[in-house]
Amino acid sequence: MNTTYLNTEFAANLVALRTIVYREIRRFTRIWPQTLLPPAITMVLYFVIFGNLIGRQIGDMGGFSYMEYIVPGLIMMSVITNSYGNVVSSFFGSKFQRNVEELLVSPVSPHTILIGFVVGGVLRGLAVGLIVTLLSLFFTHLQVHHLGVTVLVVLLTATIFSLGGFVNAVFARNFDDISIIPTFVLTPLTYLGGVFYSIALLPPFWQTVSLVNPILHMVNAFRYGILGVSDIRIGVAIAFMLAATAVLYGVCIRLLIGGRGMRQ
Amino acid sequence: MTSALSIRQLTKTYNNGFQALHGIDLDVAEGDFFALLGPNGAGKSTTIGIISTLVNKTGGTVNVFGHDLDREPSALKRCLGVVPQEFNFNQFEKVFDIVVTQAGYYGIPARIARERAEQYLKQLGLWDKRNVPSRELSGGMKRRLMIARALVHQPRLLILDEPTAGVDIELRRSMWSFLTELNRQGITIILTTHYLEEAEQLCRNIGIIDHGRIVENTSMKELLKKLHVETFLLDLKESLLVPPQLLGYPAQLLDHHTLEVQVEKSQGITELFRQLAQQHIEVLSLRNKTNRLEELFVSLVEKNLAKVAV
Repeated sequence: MNTTYLNTEFAANLVALRTIVYREIRRFTRIWPQTLLPPAITMVLYFVIFGNLIGRQIGDMGGFSYMEYIVPGLIMMSVITNSYGNVVSSFFGSKFQRNVEELLVSPVSPHTILIGFVVGGVLRGLAVGLIVTLLSLFFTHLQVHHLGVTVLVVLLTATIFSLGGFVNAVFARNFDDISIIPTFVLTPLTYLGGVFYSIALLPPFWQTVSLVNPILHMVNAFRYGILGVSDIRIGVAIAFMLAATAVLYGVCIRLLIGGRGMRQ
Repeated sequence: MTSALSIRQLTKTYNNGFQALHGIDLDVAEGDFFALLGPNGAGKSTTIGIISTLVNKTGGTVNVFGHDLDREPSALKRCLGVVPQEFNFNQFEKVFDIVVTQAGYYGIPARIARERAEQYLKQLGLWDKRNVPSRELSGGMKRRLMIARALVHQPRLLILDEPTAGVDIELRRSMWSFLTELNRQGITIILTTHYLEEAEQLCRNIGIIDHGRIVENTSMKELLKKLHVETFLLDLKESLLVPPQLLGYPAQLLDHHTLEVQVEKSQGITELFRQLAQQHIEVLSLRNKTNRLEELFVSLVEKNLAKVAV
Protein backbone atom coordinates (compact mmCIF):
# COMPACT_ATOMS: atom_id res chain seq x y z
CA MET A 1 0.00 0.00 0.00
CA ASN A 2 1.75 3.20 -1.09
CA THR A 3 1.58 6.73 0.30
CA THR A 4 -0.43 8.10 -2.63
CA TYR A 5 -3.11 5.49 -2.01
CA LEU A 6 -3.19 6.35 1.69
CA ASN A 7 -3.42 10.05 0.87
CA THR A 8 -6.24 9.37 -1.57
CA GLU A 9 -8.05 7.25 1.01
CA PHE A 10 -7.58 9.99 3.59
CA ALA A 11 -8.85 12.69 1.22
CA ALA A 12 -11.83 10.52 0.24
CA ASN A 13 -12.70 9.98 3.89
CA LEU A 14 -12.51 13.72 4.54
CA VAL A 15 -15.02 14.32 1.75
CA ALA A 16 -17.20 11.53 3.18
CA LEU A 17 -16.98 13.06 6.67
CA ARG A 18 -18.03 16.45 5.34
CA THR A 19 -20.90 14.76 3.50
CA ILE A 20 -22.17 12.98 6.62
CA VAL A 21 -21.88 16.12 8.77
CA TYR A 22 -23.60 18.24 6.13
CA ARG A 23 -26.38 15.64 5.84
CA GLU A 24 -26.82 15.63 9.63
CA ILE A 25 -27.04 19.44 9.76
CA ARG A 26 -29.52 19.36 6.88
CA ARG A 27 -31.61 16.81 8.81
CA PHE A 28 -31.90 18.70 12.09
CA THR A 29 -32.39 22.09 10.45
CA ARG A 30 -35.04 20.68 8.06
CA ILE A 31 -37.10 19.47 11.03
CA TRP A 32 -36.35 22.51 13.21
CA PRO A 33 -39.86 22.60 14.73
CA GLN A 34 -39.03 19.20 16.24
CA THR A 35 -35.36 19.80 17.04
CA LEU A 36 -34.59 23.46 17.76
CA LEU A 37 -37.89 25.02 18.77
CA PRO A 38 -39.13 22.71 21.60
CA PRO A 39 -36.01 23.05 23.80
CA ALA A 40 -36.18 26.84 23.38
CA ILE A 41 -39.81 26.90 24.58
CA THR A 42 -39.14 24.46 27.45
CA MET A 43 -36.15 26.44 28.69
CA VAL A 44 -38.03 29.76 28.56
CA LEU A 45 -40.69 28.11 30.78
CA TYR A 46 -37.95 26.93 33.18
CA PHE A 47 -36.48 30.44 33.30
CA VAL A 48 -39.88 32.02 33.95
CA ILE A 49 -41.25 29.50 36.46
CA PHE A 50 -38.18 28.18 38.32
CA GLY A 51 -35.76 31.02 37.84
CA ASN A 52 -38.10 33.96 38.13
CA LEU A 53 -41.23 33.06 40.10
CA ILE A 54 -39.98 30.30 42.44
CA GLY A 55 -36.34 31.48 42.39
CA ARG A 56 -37.29 34.82 43.96
CA GLN A 57 -38.62 32.94 47.00
CA ILE A 58 -35.50 30.71 47.22
CA GLY A 59 -32.94 33.48 47.36
CA ASP A 60 -29.20 32.96 46.73
CA MET A 61 -27.48 29.65 45.99
CA GLY A 62 -23.71 29.24 45.97
CA GLY A 63 -23.37 33.01 46.25
CA PHE A 64 -25.48 33.72 43.12
CA SER A 65 -29.14 34.46 42.49
CA TYR A 66 -31.14 31.28 41.85
CA MET A 67 -31.67 32.30 38.22
CA GLU A 68 -27.91 32.73 37.69
CA TYR A 69 -27.29 29.42 39.44
CA ILE A 70 -29.64 27.31 37.28
CA VAL A 71 -28.78 28.83 33.88
CA PRO A 72 -25.55 26.76 33.36
CA GLY A 73 -27.39 23.59 34.41
CA LEU A 74 -30.25 24.27 32.02
CA ILE A 75 -27.84 24.95 29.16
CA MET A 76 -26.12 21.62 29.88
CA MET A 77 -29.48 19.85 30.11
CA SER A 78 -30.28 21.08 26.58
CA VAL A 79 -26.88 20.05 25.26
CA ILE A 80 -27.17 16.56 26.79
CA THR A 81 -30.67 15.75 25.60
CA ASN A 82 -30.17 17.19 22.11
CA SER A 83 -26.80 15.65 21.31
CA TYR A 84 -28.07 12.27 22.52
CA GLY A 85 -31.41 12.67 20.75
CA ASN A 86 -29.85 13.70 17.46
CA VAL A 87 -27.60 10.67 17.09
CA VAL A 88 -30.05 8.11 18.43
CA SER A 89 -32.87 9.24 16.15
CA SER A 90 -30.71 9.85 13.09
CA PHE A 91 -28.80 6.57 13.24
CA PHE A 92 -31.83 4.50 14.22
CA GLY A 93 -33.78 6.23 11.44
CA SER A 94 -31.04 5.21 8.99
CA LYS A 95 -31.30 1.62 10.21
CA PHE A 96 -35.10 1.66 10.11
CA GLN A 97 -35.27 3.03 6.55
CA ARG A 98 -32.25 0.88 5.65
CA ASN A 99 -30.41 3.86 4.17
CA VAL A 100 -27.54 3.00 6.54
CA GLU A 101 -26.76 0.50 3.75
CA GLU A 102 -25.73 3.47 1.59
CA LEU A 103 -22.86 3.99 4.03
CA LEU A 104 -22.07 0.32 4.56
CA VAL A 105 -21.66 -0.48 0.85
CA SER A 106 -19.43 2.55 0.33
CA PRO A 107 -15.68 2.60 1.09
CA VAL A 108 -16.08 5.14 3.91
CA SER A 109 -14.26 3.92 7.04
CA PRO A 110 -16.17 3.05 10.24
CA HIS A 111 -14.24 5.82 12.06
CA THR A 112 -15.48 8.37 9.53
CA ILE A 113 -19.07 7.16 9.89
CA LEU A 114 -18.90 7.36 13.68
CA ILE A 115 -17.17 10.74 13.77
CA GLY A 116 -19.69 12.08 11.23
CA PHE A 117 -22.68 11.10 13.35
CA VAL A 118 -21.01 12.34 16.56
CA VAL A 119 -20.13 15.70 15.00
CA GLY A 120 -23.76 15.98 13.89
CA GLY A 121 -24.91 15.32 17.46
CA VAL A 122 -22.39 17.75 18.93
CA LEU A 123 -23.44 20.47 16.48
CA ARG A 124 -27.12 20.09 17.35
CA GLY A 125 -26.24 20.08 21.06
CA LEU A 126 -24.20 23.26 20.59
CA ALA A 127 -26.88 24.90 18.44
CA VAL A 128 -29.55 24.30 21.08
CA GLY A 129 -27.10 25.26 23.85
CA LEU A 130 -26.45 28.55 22.05
CA ILE A 131 -30.18 29.22 21.58
CA VAL A 132 -30.81 28.57 25.30
CA THR A 133 -27.82 30.76 26.26
CA LEU A 134 -29.15 33.64 24.14
CA LEU A 135 -32.63 33.23 25.63
CA SER A 136 -31.20 33.23 29.16
CA LEU A 137 -29.80 36.72 28.49
CA PHE A 138 -33.38 38.01 28.58
CA PHE A 139 -33.62 36.83 32.20
CA THR A 140 -30.17 37.25 33.72
CA HIS A 141 -26.70 38.64 33.22
CA LEU A 142 -24.23 35.95 32.12
CA GLN A 143 -20.46 36.09 32.52
CA VAL A 144 -17.87 33.48 31.69
CA HIS A 145 -15.48 32.76 34.54
CA HIS A 146 -13.20 30.35 32.63
CA LEU A 147 -13.70 30.18 28.84
CA GLY A 148 -11.37 27.18 28.34
CA VAL A 149 -13.17 25.00 30.91
CA THR A 150 -16.58 26.10 29.59
CA VAL A 151 -15.78 25.17 25.98
CA LEU A 152 -13.97 21.94 26.86
CA VAL A 153 -16.74 20.73 29.15
CA VAL A 154 -19.55 21.50 26.73
CA LEU A 155 -17.70 19.80 23.87
CA LEU A 156 -16.85 16.71 25.92
CA THR A 157 -20.38 16.44 27.28
CA ALA A 158 -21.93 16.73 23.82
CA THR A 159 -19.46 14.13 22.49
CA ILE A 160 -20.14 11.67 25.32
CA PHE A 161 -23.90 11.86 24.87
CA SER A 162 -23.63 11.66 21.08
CA LEU A 163 -21.63 8.45 21.51
CA GLY A 164 -24.18 7.23 24.05
CA GLY A 165 -26.95 7.93 21.54
CA PHE A 166 -25.06 5.91 18.96
CA VAL A 167 -24.84 2.87 21.25
CA ASN A 168 -28.56 3.15 21.97
CA ALA A 169 -29.33 3.38 18.23
CA VAL A 170 -27.23 0.31 17.42
CA PHE A 171 -29.08 -1.85 19.97
CA ALA A 172 -32.53 -0.37 19.33
CA ARG A 173 -34.95 -2.58 17.43
CA ASN A 174 -37.96 -0.28 17.43
CA PHE A 175 -38.92 3.30 18.23
CA ASP A 176 -39.75 2.39 21.85
CA ASP A 177 -36.13 1.35 22.36
CA ILE A 178 -34.85 4.82 21.47
CA SER A 179 -37.06 6.53 24.03
CA ILE A 180 -36.42 4.19 26.99
CA ILE A 181 -32.93 5.47 27.87
CA PRO A 182 -33.78 9.20 27.57
CA THR A 183 -36.97 8.75 29.61
CA PHE A 184 -35.86 6.36 32.33
CA VAL A 185 -32.13 7.10 32.61
CA LEU A 186 -31.14 10.48 31.19
CA THR A 187 -34.01 12.58 32.54
CA PRO A 188 -33.77 11.34 36.17
CA LEU A 189 -29.96 11.62 36.14
CA THR A 190 -30.17 15.15 34.73
CA TYR A 191 -32.76 16.32 37.27
CA LEU A 192 -30.73 14.72 40.08
CA GLY A 193 -27.48 16.04 38.58
CA GLY A 194 -27.43 19.38 40.34
CA VAL A 195 -29.16 21.36 37.61
CA PHE A 196 -31.58 22.98 40.07
CA TYR A 197 -29.71 22.69 43.36
CA SER A 198 -26.34 22.42 45.02
CA ILE A 199 -25.68 18.97 46.49
CA ALA A 200 -24.53 20.83 49.61
CA LEU A 201 -28.28 21.04 50.39
CA LEU A 202 -28.53 17.24 50.58
CA PRO A 203 -27.87 15.07 53.66
CA PRO A 204 -24.29 13.60 53.63
CA PHE A 205 -25.48 10.14 52.49
CA TRP A 206 -27.27 11.52 49.43
CA GLN A 207 -24.34 13.82 48.68
CA THR A 208 -22.13 10.71 48.40
CA VAL A 209 -24.73 8.88 46.28
CA SER A 210 -24.97 11.92 43.99
CA LEU A 211 -21.26 11.72 43.24
CA VAL A 212 -21.75 8.55 41.18
CA ASN A 213 -24.06 10.47 38.85
CA PRO A 214 -21.86 11.45 35.87
CA ILE A 215 -24.16 14.29 34.89
CA LEU A 216 -23.51 15.96 38.27
CA HIS A 217 -19.82 16.24 37.31
CA MET A 218 -20.58 17.66 33.89
CA VAL A 219 -23.11 20.21 35.14
CA ASN A 220 -20.82 21.35 37.94
CA ALA A 221 -17.75 21.56 35.70
CA PHE A 222 -19.76 23.71 33.27
CA ARG A 223 -21.12 25.82 36.14
CA TYR A 224 -17.53 26.35 37.26
CA GLY A 225 -16.65 27.58 33.76
CA ILE A 226 -19.52 30.09 33.84
CA LEU A 227 -19.83 31.11 37.50
CA GLY A 228 -16.60 29.86 39.09
CA VAL A 229 -18.44 27.70 41.67
CA SER A 230 -18.69 23.92 41.79
CA ASP A 231 -19.70 21.08 44.15
CA ILE A 232 -16.99 18.80 42.72
CA ARG A 233 -13.31 18.91 41.71
CA ILE A 234 -12.94 20.16 38.12
CA GLY A 235 -9.82 18.09 37.37
CA VAL A 236 -11.59 14.88 38.36
CA ALA A 237 -14.65 15.80 36.29
CA ILE A 238 -12.61 16.52 33.15
CA ALA A 239 -10.50 13.37 33.58
CA PHE A 240 -13.70 11.36 33.97
CA MET A 241 -15.16 12.90 30.82
CA LEU A 242 -12.02 12.20 28.79
CA ALA A 243 -12.02 8.58 29.97
CA ALA A 244 -15.75 8.20 29.23
CA THR A 245 -15.23 9.61 25.73
CA ALA A 246 -12.40 7.14 25.02
CA VAL A 247 -14.31 4.12 26.37
CA LEU A 248 -17.54 4.98 24.56
CA TYR A 249 -15.67 5.62 21.30
CA GLY A 250 -14.07 2.18 21.61
CA VAL A 251 -17.45 0.54 22.22
CA CYS A 252 -19.08 2.36 19.29
CA ILE A 253 -16.35 1.57 16.80
CA ARG A 254 -16.41 -2.08 17.82
CA LEU A 255 -20.17 -2.22 17.28
CA LEU A 256 -19.85 -0.50 13.92
CA ILE A 257 -17.04 -2.73 12.61
CA GLY A 258 -18.89 -5.83 13.82
CA GLY A 259 -21.99 -4.53 12.02
CA ARG A 260 -24.26 -5.36 14.96
CA GLY A 261 -27.87 -4.78 13.97
CA MET A 262 -26.75 -3.72 10.49
CA ARG A 263 -25.02 -6.69 8.84
CA GLN A 264 -26.47 -10.21 8.89
CA MET B 1 -10.03 -11.69 -20.13
CA THR B 2 -9.99 -10.04 -16.68
CA SER B 3 -12.41 -11.41 -14.17
CA ALA B 4 -14.92 -8.85 -12.91
CA LEU B 5 -16.17 -11.19 -10.20
CA SER B 6 -14.67 -14.38 -8.91
CA ILE B 7 -16.28 -16.32 -6.09
CA ARG B 8 -14.78 -19.47 -4.60
CA GLN B 9 -16.34 -21.88 -2.13
CA LEU B 10 -18.61 -19.19 -0.72
CA THR B 11 -20.62 -20.37 2.25
CA LYS B 12 -23.13 -18.64 4.48
CA THR B 13 -24.85 -19.99 7.55
CA TYR B 14 -27.18 -17.56 9.31
CA ASN B 15 -27.36 -17.29 13.10
CA ASN B 16 -30.55 -19.38 13.14
CA GLY B 17 -28.56 -22.25 11.61
CA PHE B 18 -29.98 -21.92 8.09
CA GLN B 19 -27.30 -22.60 5.50
CA ALA B 20 -28.05 -20.26 2.61
CA LEU B 21 -24.95 -20.99 0.50
CA HIS B 22 -23.16 -24.34 0.20
CA GLY B 23 -19.74 -23.40 -1.21
CA ILE B 24 -20.61 -21.74 -4.50
CA ASP B 25 -18.11 -20.94 -7.26
CA LEU B 26 -18.95 -18.23 -9.77
CA ASP B 27 -16.99 -16.29 -12.40
CA VAL B 28 -18.16 -13.26 -14.33
CA ALA B 29 -15.86 -11.86 -17.01
CA GLU B 30 -15.21 -8.14 -17.48
CA GLY B 31 -17.76 -6.59 -19.83
CA ASP B 32 -20.25 -9.43 -19.39
CA PHE B 33 -23.99 -9.04 -18.97
CA PHE B 34 -24.67 -11.88 -16.58
CA ALA B 35 -27.95 -13.24 -15.27
CA LEU B 36 -28.13 -14.83 -11.85
CA LEU B 37 -31.37 -16.72 -11.65
CA GLY B 38 -32.99 -18.80 -8.98
CA PRO B 39 -36.28 -19.33 -7.21
CA ASN B 40 -37.14 -17.38 -4.07
CA GLY B 41 -34.83 -18.28 -1.18
CA ALA B 42 -32.25 -19.86 -3.51
CA GLY B 43 -29.38 -17.67 -2.26
CA LYS B 44 -29.29 -14.88 -4.87
CA SER B 45 -29.76 -12.01 -2.44
CA THR B 46 -27.39 -13.59 0.11
CA THR B 47 -24.71 -13.81 -2.58
CA ILE B 48 -25.25 -10.18 -3.58
CA GLY B 49 -25.35 -9.18 0.09
CA ILE B 50 -21.96 -10.79 0.69
CA ILE B 51 -20.38 -9.17 -2.39
CA SER B 52 -21.66 -5.76 -1.28
CA THR B 53 -20.56 -6.43 2.36
CA LEU B 54 -24.07 -6.16 3.79
CA VAL B 55 -23.97 -9.84 4.75
CA ASN B 56 -20.98 -11.41 6.51
CA LYS B 57 -19.83 -14.57 4.79
CA THR B 58 -19.12 -17.74 6.73
CA GLY B 59 -16.37 -19.01 4.40
CA GLY B 60 -14.84 -18.74 0.95
CA THR B 61 -13.45 -15.83 -1.06
CA VAL B 62 -14.90 -12.99 -3.11
CA ASN B 63 -12.83 -11.07 -5.60
CA VAL B 64 -13.97 -8.03 -7.62
CA PHE B 65 -11.55 -6.90 -10.34
CA GLY B 66 -8.70 -8.52 -8.40
CA HIS B 67 -9.61 -6.92 -5.06
CA ASP B 68 -10.18 -9.43 -2.29
CA LEU B 69 -13.17 -8.76 -0.02
CA ASP B 70 -11.20 -9.54 3.16
CA ARG B 71 -7.93 -7.80 2.29
CA GLU B 72 -9.04 -4.80 0.20
CA PRO B 73 -12.69 -4.12 1.01
CA SER B 74 -12.35 -0.41 0.28
CA ALA B 75 -10.88 -0.93 -3.21
CA LEU B 76 -13.49 -3.61 -3.91
CA LYS B 77 -16.34 -1.28 -2.91
CA ARG B 78 -15.07 1.45 -5.24
CA CYS B 79 -15.46 -0.95 -8.21
CA LEU B 80 -18.95 -1.96 -7.23
CA GLY B 81 -22.41 -0.42 -7.60
CA VAL B 82 -25.40 -2.20 -6.11
CA VAL B 83 -29.10 -1.71 -6.79
CA PRO B 84 -30.88 -3.68 -4.07
CA GLN B 85 -34.28 -5.28 -4.29
CA GLU B 86 -35.84 -3.20 -1.49
CA PHE B 87 -35.91 0.60 -1.47
CA ASN B 88 -33.17 1.68 0.91
CA PHE B 89 -32.90 5.44 0.68
CA ASN B 90 -34.03 8.13 3.08
CA GLN B 91 -37.69 8.73 2.28
CA PHE B 92 -37.47 12.34 3.48
CA GLU B 93 -34.43 13.39 1.44
CA LYS B 94 -34.77 15.04 -1.93
CA VAL B 95 -33.88 13.00 -5.02
CA PHE B 96 -30.90 15.18 -5.95
CA ASP B 97 -29.53 15.15 -2.39
CA ILE B 98 -29.69 11.35 -2.21
CA VAL B 99 -27.50 10.95 -5.29
CA VAL B 100 -25.05 13.73 -4.34
CA THR B 101 -24.73 12.41 -0.78
CA GLN B 102 -23.95 8.91 -2.05
CA ALA B 103 -21.19 10.37 -4.24
CA GLY B 104 -19.78 12.07 -1.14
CA TYR B 105 -19.52 8.72 0.64
CA TYR B 106 -17.19 7.63 -2.17
CA GLY B 107 -15.04 10.71 -1.66
CA ILE B 108 -16.23 12.47 -4.83
CA PRO B 109 -15.95 16.25 -4.40
CA ALA B 110 -19.26 18.16 -4.29
CA ARG B 111 -18.91 19.91 -7.68
CA ILE B 112 -18.27 16.66 -9.57
CA ALA B 113 -20.94 14.90 -7.52
CA ARG B 114 -23.53 17.50 -8.56
CA GLU B 115 -22.53 17.22 -12.24
CA ARG B 116 -22.80 13.45 -12.19
CA ALA B 117 -26.09 13.52 -10.29
CA GLU B 118 -27.48 15.80 -13.01
CA GLN B 119 -26.14 13.53 -15.75
CA TYR B 120 -27.64 10.30 -14.35
CA LEU B 121 -30.91 11.84 -13.21
CA LYS B 122 -31.38 13.25 -16.71
CA GLN B 123 -30.51 9.92 -18.33
CA LEU B 124 -32.99 8.14 -16.11
CA GLY B 125 -35.75 10.69 -16.60
CA LEU B 126 -35.74 11.96 -13.01
CA TRP B 127 -34.30 15.44 -13.46
CA ASP B 128 -37.73 17.07 -13.20
CA LYS B 129 -38.16 15.35 -9.83
CA ARG B 130 -34.78 16.38 -8.42
CA ASN B 131 -36.26 18.57 -5.67
CA VAL B 132 -39.03 16.16 -4.71
CA PRO B 133 -38.73 14.13 -1.46
CA SER B 134 -38.07 10.55 -2.53
CA ARG B 135 -41.18 9.21 -0.78
CA GLU B 136 -43.33 11.06 -3.33
CA LEU B 137 -41.87 9.14 -6.30
CA SER B 138 -43.71 6.28 -7.98
CA GLY B 139 -42.35 2.72 -7.66
CA GLY B 140 -40.68 2.85 -11.07
CA MET B 141 -39.09 6.22 -10.31
CA LYS B 142 -37.75 4.89 -7.01
CA ARG B 143 -36.08 2.01 -8.86
CA ARG B 144 -34.50 4.45 -11.31
CA LEU B 145 -33.33 6.61 -8.42
CA MET B 146 -31.52 3.59 -6.96
CA ILE B 147 -29.86 2.99 -10.34
CA ALA B 148 -28.72 6.64 -10.53
CA ARG B 149 -27.39 6.40 -6.97
CA ALA B 150 -25.50 3.17 -7.77
CA LEU B 151 -23.89 4.74 -10.85
CA VAL B 152 -22.78 8.06 -9.36
CA HIS B 153 -19.31 6.78 -8.42
CA GLN B 154 -18.99 5.18 -11.87
CA PRO B 155 -18.52 1.56 -10.83
CA ARG B 156 -16.97 -1.05 -13.13
CA LEU B 157 -19.36 -3.73 -11.91
CA LEU B 158 -23.06 -3.02 -11.46
CA ILE B 159 -25.22 -5.55 -9.64
CA LEU B 160 -28.99 -5.20 -9.93
CA ASP B 161 -31.23 -7.30 -7.73
CA GLU B 162 -34.57 -7.54 -9.55
CA PRO B 163 -34.44 -3.99 -10.93
CA THR B 164 -37.63 -4.26 -12.95
CA ALA B 165 -39.85 -5.85 -10.28
CA GLY B 166 -43.19 -4.05 -10.24
CA VAL B 167 -42.26 -1.84 -13.18
CA ASP B 168 -44.66 -1.48 -16.12
CA ILE B 169 -43.76 -2.92 -19.52
CA GLU B 170 -42.92 0.39 -21.19
CA LEU B 171 -40.61 1.45 -18.39
CA ARG B 172 -39.06 -2.02 -18.20
CA ARG B 173 -38.13 -1.81 -21.85
CA SER B 174 -36.61 1.65 -21.45
CA MET B 175 -34.59 0.32 -18.51
CA TRP B 176 -33.43 -2.59 -20.64
CA SER B 177 -32.12 -0.24 -23.30
CA PHE B 178 -30.45 1.91 -20.62
CA LEU B 179 -28.72 -1.13 -19.11
CA THR B 180 -27.71 -2.42 -22.55
CA GLU B 181 -26.13 0.98 -23.28
CA LEU B 182 -24.26 0.91 -19.96
CA ASN B 183 -22.95 -2.55 -20.78
CA ARG B 184 -21.94 -1.37 -24.25
CA GLN B 185 -19.90 1.39 -22.57
CA GLY B 186 -17.94 -1.32 -20.73
CA ILE B 187 -19.72 -1.70 -17.38
CA THR B 188 -20.03 -5.33 -16.34
CA ILE B 189 -23.59 -6.05 -15.26
CA ILE B 190 -24.98 -8.81 -13.06
CA LEU B 191 -28.73 -9.04 -12.98
CA THR B 192 -31.10 -11.10 -10.92
CA THR B 193 -34.61 -11.21 -12.19
CA HIS B 194 -37.84 -13.13 -12.06
CA TYR B 195 -38.61 -12.18 -15.64
CA LEU B 196 -36.80 -14.90 -17.55
CA GLU B 197 -37.60 -13.15 -20.81
CA GLU B 198 -35.53 -10.26 -19.45
CA ALA B 199 -32.53 -12.51 -18.79
CA GLU B 200 -32.84 -14.13 -22.22
CA GLN B 201 -33.02 -10.77 -23.99
CA LEU B 202 -30.27 -8.96 -22.10
CA CYS B 203 -27.72 -11.43 -20.79
CA ARG B 204 -24.93 -13.28 -22.55
CA ASN B 205 -24.11 -15.63 -19.68
CA ILE B 206 -26.16 -17.15 -16.95
CA GLY B 207 -25.83 -18.76 -13.55
CA ILE B 208 -28.70 -20.64 -11.97
CA ILE B 209 -28.63 -20.96 -8.22
CA ASP B 210 -30.91 -23.19 -6.21
CA HIS B 211 -30.85 -24.23 -2.55
CA GLY B 212 -27.53 -22.41 -2.16
CA ARG B 213 -25.82 -24.27 -4.99
CA ILE B 214 -24.93 -23.21 -8.52
CA VAL B 215 -26.76 -25.72 -10.71
CA GLU B 216 -25.77 -24.17 -14.04
CA ASN B 217 -23.15 -21.64 -15.12
CA THR B 218 -22.82 -21.25 -18.85
CA SER B 219 -23.58 -19.02 -21.82
CA MET B 220 -27.20 -18.26 -22.66
CA LYS B 221 -26.64 -19.82 -26.10
CA GLU B 222 -25.32 -23.08 -24.66
CA LEU B 223 -28.11 -23.23 -22.15
CA LEU B 224 -30.82 -22.74 -24.73
CA LYS B 225 -29.25 -25.49 -26.83
CA LYS B 226 -30.18 -27.88 -24.04
CA LEU B 227 -33.81 -27.26 -24.72
CA HIS B 228 -34.99 -30.33 -26.66
CA VAL B 229 -38.68 -29.69 -26.94
CA GLU B 230 -40.56 -26.49 -27.57
CA THR B 231 -44.28 -26.04 -27.23
CA PHE B 232 -46.10 -23.97 -29.86
CA LEU B 233 -49.61 -22.60 -29.90
CA LEU B 234 -51.29 -22.46 -33.31
CA ASP B 235 -54.31 -20.24 -33.95
CA LEU B 236 -56.53 -22.05 -36.45
CA LYS B 237 -58.72 -20.43 -39.09
CA GLU B 238 -61.46 -23.09 -38.92
CA SER B 239 -62.69 -24.61 -35.70
CA LEU B 240 -61.83 -28.23 -34.88
CA LEU B 241 -63.73 -30.61 -32.66
CA VAL B 242 -61.01 -33.25 -32.29
CA PRO B 243 -57.24 -32.78 -32.47
CA PRO B 244 -55.68 -33.76 -35.82
CA GLN B 245 -53.44 -36.83 -36.11
CA LEU B 246 -49.92 -35.40 -36.61
CA LEU B 247 -47.23 -38.03 -36.95
CA GLY B 248 -44.35 -37.33 -34.51
CA TYR B 249 -45.99 -34.19 -33.10
CA PRO B 250 -48.04 -34.70 -29.92
CA ALA B 251 -50.94 -32.25 -30.12
CA GLN B 252 -53.99 -31.26 -28.15
CA LEU B 253 -56.78 -28.75 -28.60
CA LEU B 254 -56.95 -26.02 -25.97
CA ASP B 255 -60.17 -24.76 -27.52
CA HIS B 256 -61.80 -25.16 -30.94
CA HIS B 257 -59.40 -22.64 -32.50
CA THR B 258 -56.17 -23.23 -30.56
CA LEU B 259 -53.91 -26.21 -31.09
CA GLU B 260 -50.95 -26.93 -28.78
CA VAL B 261 -48.15 -28.87 -30.45
CA GLN B 262 -44.85 -30.16 -29.04
CA VAL B 263 -41.93 -29.98 -31.44
CA GLU B 264 -38.58 -31.64 -30.89
CA LYS B 265 -35.59 -29.50 -31.89
CA SER B 266 -34.36 -32.11 -34.37
CA GLN B 267 -37.72 -32.16 -36.14
CA GLY B 268 -38.26 -28.51 -37.04
CA ILE B 269 -41.67 -27.20 -38.02
CA THR B 270 -41.64 -27.65 -41.82
CA GLU B 271 -42.91 -31.22 -41.53
CA LEU B 272 -45.57 -30.09 -39.06
CA PHE B 273 -46.92 -27.55 -41.53
CA ARG B 274 -46.77 -30.07 -44.34
CA GLN B 275 -48.98 -32.47 -42.36
CA LEU B 276 -51.37 -29.66 -41.40
CA ALA B 277 -51.64 -28.58 -45.07
CA GLN B 278 -52.36 -32.19 -46.07
CA GLN B 279 -55.29 -32.21 -43.64
CA HIS B 280 -56.45 -28.80 -44.98
CA ILE B 281 -55.92 -27.10 -41.64
CA GLU B 282 -55.07 -23.43 -42.08
CA VAL B 283 -52.95 -21.71 -39.43
CA LEU B 284 -53.43 -17.97 -38.80
CA SER B 285 -50.55 -17.47 -36.39
CA LEU B 286 -47.96 -19.32 -34.31
CA ARG B 287 -46.35 -18.49 -30.95
CA ASN B 288 -44.29 -20.07 -28.16
CA LYS B 289 -46.43 -21.30 -25.29
CA THR B 290 -43.88 -20.30 -22.63
CA ASN B 291 -40.60 -18.53 -22.51
CA ARG B 292 -37.93 -21.02 -23.62
CA LEU B 293 -35.66 -20.14 -20.73
CA GLU B 294 -38.52 -20.63 -18.31
CA GLU B 295 -38.92 -24.25 -19.40
CA LEU B 296 -35.20 -24.89 -18.88
CA PHE B 297 -35.17 -23.08 -15.58
CA VAL B 298 -38.03 -25.14 -14.23
CA SER B 299 -36.46 -28.40 -15.37
CA LEU B 300 -33.06 -27.52 -13.82
CA VAL B 301 -34.60 -26.44 -10.53
CA GLU B 302 -36.78 -29.56 -10.43
CA LYS B 303 -33.72 -31.75 -11.03
CA ASN B 304 -31.87 -30.03 -8.20
CA LEU B 305 -34.89 -30.36 -5.92
CA ALA B 306 -34.83 -34.12 -6.52
CA LYS B 307 -31.10 -34.22 -5.65
CA VAL B 308 -31.61 -32.18 -2.47
CA ALA B 309 -34.52 -34.42 -1.47
CA VAL B 310 -32.32 -37.54 -1.93
